[in-house]
Amino acid sequence: MTRLVSNLFYKTIKFSLVSRLYSVTVLLLLVLLIPGLAMSQQVDQSSPQAIPVAEDPEVEKRMIALTEDLRCLVCQNESIAESRADFSNDMRREIREQIQANKTDAEIIEFLVDRYGDFVLYNPPMKPTTILLWFGPLILFVLGVWFLISYIKKRRVQIEEVTLSEVQRKKVEAMLNEENK
Amino acid sequence: MRYLMPLIVFMVLAVFLFAGLSLNPRQVPSPLIDKPAPEFELSQLHAPEKILSSKDNMGKVWLLNVWASWCVACRDEHPLLVQLANSGLVPVYGLNYKDESATAMQWLRQYGDPYEVSVVDPEGRVGIDYGVYGVPETYVIDKQGIIRHKQIGPVTVKSMEETIIPLIIELQRQA
Repeated sequence: MTRLVSNLFYKTIKFSLVSRLYSVTVLLLLVLLIPGLAMSQQVDQSSPQAIPVAEDPEVEKRMIALTEDLRCLVCQNESIAESRADFSNDMRREIREQIQANKTDAEIIEFLVDRYGDFVLYNPPMKPTTILLWFGPLILFVLGVWFLISYIKKRRVQIEEVTLSEVQRKKVEAMLNEENK
Repeated sequence: MRYLMPLIVFMVLAVFLFAGLSLNPRQVPSPLIDKPAPEFELSQLHAPEKILSSKDNMGKVWLLNVWASWCVACRDEHPLLVQLANSGLVPVYGLNYKDESATAMQWLRQYGDPYEVSVVDPEGRVGIDYGVYGVPETYVIDKQGIIRHKQIGPVTVKSMEETIIPLIIELQRQA
């Protein structure tokens, strides 16, 4: 009986610990989310009216294809296509106008790079300053593979099978027999 | 050596990560540095019938400060700009970016007007030419109309004393 009670007691303690952990986690998540919510509201306020979609669906399609590869400089982890920041609204307007003015994609990209630098491009050009960016991961990968291979080779040497001499084998047998008595 | 290697790898990583922490992703280097300042012809905030052209400022060192009444950080740097303008060291021009003129003028009445002239860019088109993405921004432009420095975000006492003012003095000395 006492055992049952104490068992139950421990279970409730365990349970309350788990539930407390759970509620703490939920709370933490909420706290983390609140600034995000506040921010998204701010963005909404700064652009109260939805920017009208251009009448020409062809222009819109080209604009979206272009802006999907461009970084919004204000909200740096979004593309200009998906961002609702004022900056991106302006960029979309600018690009729409340039498409309507029969500019090529390359000309439009050049226009933006001239003003905002390579940083607007999610797909940066290969240049002396971007070589590390382009080949860094490859170099790290090659180094990693080299390290792995040399490590495995070394291990193979280390765990080479040991062959016992007759004397050693007898010794082991004797020891094992001793134990089993 | 066996124990040294991991330590070295760790140190190298730590140095890189530490440097990464001190970098500010908002400070995107502008491609416009050492290039001619984009030309503009915009109407003036206090006299909309009058036009100011960027060419009018050829032959002198000047500051172009991008500001707006809706921009909270502009309020932080504003006293510094007023102080700089009052010192008479350099003329400060304002680019009133995507703003309502009435509110903008009210804002200047309230906080002081450091600007020789403020020009109006209601749709932010000249702003795009200057690569503006985070107001306030301040450009130092030399006598030949070349952009020599761009401050992204509010001007601070530190950036004023260490970068902007020495640069202005140096540029003014040049022919």
